[in-house]
This record gives sequence, C-alpha cells and structure tokens, in this order.
Amino acid sequence: MLELDQLFKNIYLWGENLFTQWGIPLFWLELLGMLIVAVIILAFMSLSVLFLVWWERKVSGHMQSRFGPMRTGWHGWLQTIIDAIKLILKEDTTPGTADKIGFLIAPIIVFVSAFMAYICIPFGKGLIVKDLNIGILYILAITTFTVIGLLTAGWCSNNKFSVLGGFRSAAQIISYEVPLTLSILGVVILSQTLSMQSIVNSQKHIWEWYIFRQPIGFLIYLVAAIAEINRVPFDIPEAEQELVAGFNVEYSGIKFAMFFFAEFANLFLVSAIATTLFLGGWNGPLLPSWIWFFIKSFFLVFVIMWFKWTFPRLRVDQLMGFAWKFLLPLAFINLILTGLFA
Amino acid sequence: MENGTQTAVFYILSGLIVGSAFMVVSLKNIFHSALFLVLCFFSVAGIYILLSAEFVAAVQVLIYVGAITVLLIFAIMLTAQLYSPSIRQSNEQVIPGIIIVGTLLIVTLSVLRRTSWRISTQGIEGQSTVSIGKSLLTTYVLPFEVVSLVLIAALIGAIIIARRE
Amino acid sequence: MFESYLALALLIIIVTGFGAGIILVSKFIGRRPPLREKLLPYECGNIPEEDARGRFPIKFYLVGILFIIFDIEIAFLFPWAVIYKELGIFGLIEMGIFLAILLIGYLYILKKGGLKWE
Repeated sequence: MLELDQLFKNIYLWGENLFTQWGIPLFWLELLGMLIVAVIILAFMSLSVLFLVWWERKVSGHMQSRFGPMRTGWHGWLQTIIDAIKLILKEDTTPGTADKIGFLIAPIIVFVSAFMAYICIPFGKGLIVKDLNIGILYILAITTFTVIGLLTAGWCSNNKFSVLGGFRSAAQIISYEVPLTLSILGVVILSQTLSMQSIVNSQKHIWEWYIFRQPIGFLIYLVAAIAEINRVPFDIPEAEQELVAGFNVEYSGIKFAMFFFAEFANLFLVSAIATTLFLGGWNGPLLPSWIWFFIKSFFLVFVIMWFKWTFPRLRVDQLMGFAWKFLLPLAFINLILTGLFA
Repeated sequence: MENGTQTAVFYILSGLIVGSAFMVVSLKNIFHSALFLVLCFFSVAGIYILLSAEFVAAVQVLIYVGAITVLLIFAIMLTAQLYSPSIRQSNEQVIPGIIIVGTLLIVTLSVLRRTSWRISTQGIEGQSTVSIGKSLLTTYVLPFEVVSLVLIAALIGAIIIARRE
Repeated sequence: MFESYLALALLIIIVTGFGAGIILVSKFIGRRPPLREKLLPYECGNIPEEDARGRFPIKFYLVGILFIIFDIEIAFLFPWAVIYKELGIFGLIEMGIFLAILLIGYLYILKKGGLKWE
C-alpha cells in the first residue's frame, strides 16, 4: 500500500544519519525539516487552490449549462496558473489616503492564518505535521486572526465601501463562530479528546462516523462554516452588486491574489475539518488513507459549491437573525441532547 | 527541552510583550496601536505555552485576539473622530506620569524581591485541558458558577447601555 | 510538547517572510508610473466627497459584546466536554446550571430586542 508516513519517517532518519556523520548539530536538521515542511504545505495549498478555482469555474459553468474555461489547456486546467501569473505582473497600487502599513499587513495576516491551520489537519495515517493535544481548539484559535486581517483591510483602505464591507464581514464571522464551536463541542463530547488524530482514530468503522450520531451537529457545522468563509449564500460582504467586492475593493495584483488564495484555502480547510470530525477522516477500506481523505474532502467542497448556485443570497439582517435566533439555540439544544444521551 | 532554549525563548517573548505594550501606548495612529496589542496578546499566549498551559494559551488567543481585539477595533472604527486634529493626541503630563509610574515600579520590584517564591518542580500530569476540567468542575465549582453570574451581568449591562440610544 | 510549539513559531516567521517576499517581488515586477487617478479611492467613477471614516451604527458593537460573552462561555465548555465521561451526571448538572443562567440572559436579550435588525 502507498502509505506515505513511512516514507517521510525514512527520509528523516536518513537525514539524521547524514547529519550525525558530518558532525552538524541536529538543531539545523530540525530547521531544515521545518523549511521543507513549510514548502511542502505551501505547495500543497497552492496545488489545491489551483485545482479548486478551476473546479469551481467548471462546476459553476456546468450548473449554468455552459462550459467554463476551455481554451487554456485541456478543458482550461491552465487557467488558474495563467491568472496567478497575470496578477503577479499587475501593478501594486496603494490608495493615496490609505494607511500604508495596515494595507500591506492585512493580506499577510489572512494568508498566514489560513496556512497555520493546515498544520493540524490529518491527511492520512501518520500524515499530520504536528498532532497537537489541543488540535481542534488550536485551529479555532488560529483562524480568528482572519477577522483581524479583514478588519485591517477594510479600515486601512480608507474607502467607504471597504470599511462597511470589513465591518459586515467581521460581524458575520463572529456571529457564526459560536454555533460553529458548539457543533464541534458535540463531537468533542463523543470522542473525549481535542487531538485531531485521536478523533479520526475513534471513527474506524463507517457506523462509528460521528455524522450518524450528530446529524444536526453536522448540518450546523456546514452552514456555520460556509458563513465563516464568506461564501454564498452568506457573501453579502463581498457581493458585487452590494458593496463592490467589500473589504478588498482597493486591492489589486498580488495582494488581491493573497486574499483570493486564502479564501479558497479556507474553503478546503473547512471541508477537511468536517471530514475529520464527522466523516471519519482518512478511514476507509482498500485504498490508501490519504486518498480516502481527499475523496471525502473534495466531495464536501463540491457540496459547498453546489450550495452557491442553488440558494439565493441572504440579506444582512436575515443573515444575522439566522445566526443569533436560530442557529445558536439549535446548537445549544444539540449540545444538551448530546450531553444527556451520550 | 533544554534549559538554555527555554530561557532564550522566555527572554524573546518578554521582550516582545514589553516592546509591543510600549508601542501600544506611544503610537499616534490608534489602529497601529491595536495591531501591536494583538502582538502583545499573542506573545502572552507564548508564555503560557512555556508554562505547559496549552489550553490557556489557546483560550487566550481565541478570546483576547479573536473577541476583545475585534471589539476594540469596532470601537476605534465607531469613534473615528479621534483622527480629527482638534483632539489632542499627545500627552502633556509626562513628568508627573514618570514619577508615579516610577514609584509603582520601585514598590513592585521590592515586593517581588522580598517574597520567598516556592518553585514547584512538579509538572502537570497528563494534558492541561483534562486537569483544568477536573479542578474546575470538582474543587472550584462555586467560582465556576459565579462566573456565569458575572457573564449574565455583563450581558444585561450591555443591553441596557446600548438600548438607551 | 514544547518543541512542537517552537516549530510552529518558526513556521509562522517563515511563512510571513514568504508572504512579504512575494509582495516585494511584485512591487519590482509590476512597476508603472503613478497617476493621480490611481491614487483616489474607488467609488465607481465618482470622486468621493467626505472622509470614509464617518459614523457607523452601534449594532456592530453590540454584536461584538454578545460574541465576547458567548465566546467566554464556550471556553468554559471545552474542559467540561473533554472529561465528560469521567464526570458523569454530576458534571452534567453543574454545566446545566451554568447554561441555564446564561439561557436566562439570552432570553432577556431576545425580549429586549437586542438582536433586532442585525
């Protein structure tokens, strides 16, 4: 079987032998290992974002009875790469009245917070960068930096639309964070651990998957997660008809690309977390673990993309009312029921 | 974990905390102050990790950076007339400030010097989350329930203040 | 355990450097002469009249306060959830009291219309 974790362990042991032979202290090996890990994760994120953007345009196209990108490469698979190159070559303007330092930092904050959450995702058996004891709590904590980044982007652009867009975006994200965390708590009660690999390990058979024991929790998580990443039907802060792209109105070129990249990276992240918590992670017969993980995650991504073209966009007050008056009580009821009957 | 690395990390984190706190109070642009406050909170989370309190560190980031800083930035955005030149930004009472703070510093340092600190070499068994949960719900149940009263007081207070507009 | 977090801190520094590096590269590659129009804030072709940082509705602030309170409540729920099985019915009752008091608060907000409009 193509289990990758043994391969990585062997490479590390080989490196250790080499370094001790040459007499270099192991600290440098750790540092080099970290750099390589960073590059691998960045490469993986870039590849998945590339694929997801292409897939989104294809799925959207076919759901609207049209083809989507077809010219660049076979069925347009080169489209995203070409778009990325175009964005790098574009000029990097900063509005005259903007707060220059904040304007520069905002995309970096959003990008880094999206990246750091990938450290704790179990891609396969043994394929997790760091299985922290507080796994899922760490992911929740690190993704709160996204809100700060969005607010900075909105405020520092000094543009009426972007400030309001940033405000609404932040208000939406924090409103949906409470039901999101409550649905995760339901899974934590069932699995009695916060570590991601342990949660996956407790769902070895398909009848043990938490989606069957927490169906409401799964639905709450899915809805809240879509709201967290600002996608339709919750994309009021970014809607073209409403706020002219909201908080990233003034951004062009590579900074815009970073926001876009972070949005799709978050899309995959949210599906990966849902797969780990509710669909049994990388467990599955016959095929290698990481293939199962990708099948499940991409299926959820497809479902989220499907929502985009099925539901109309919610108004701001409907959005907030839905979070505080419906989803929050529902999530609490789910938690209490889980507590009573687990 | 070797002692040398721990000490080095501690000094770096402390430097970050003190430095960013200093920037928070001395910068003219209030939004930049808020960003340095984020750095300060994040470094405090680092100190918690040094003390093997990973749960507390995660909650620190989750609540302080995720909620309190966001509220602070909302407040900055809502009272934007702070940017207008008619409101004085600079501090006119530097000398009295230095005297008072200096006295406080001397008093605190001398108290710290004279206390005999008991250094515990006993680590935490198991995970910090589990230990916190156990003590919170068995030994310290009463303070735990009182916290909910504090929270409801804050809730009611917020509504009363906000509804009056 | 502590080594993992040190590795995380180093990773943050590496990725921030990478992000800043890409932006720097783009600054040099995509250079064009600055025009006055390019520096103006975007308003679909109009010239903006007043400063963008005007007054905003206070309901955002209220949402922020509510979020803090519920966030703290969730922070207390985490340790309970992790040792749920060990504590059994006793822990459930304690947490039930905690949640019941907060439920009263939530119903109060609902009744007072704190969650209206947004």
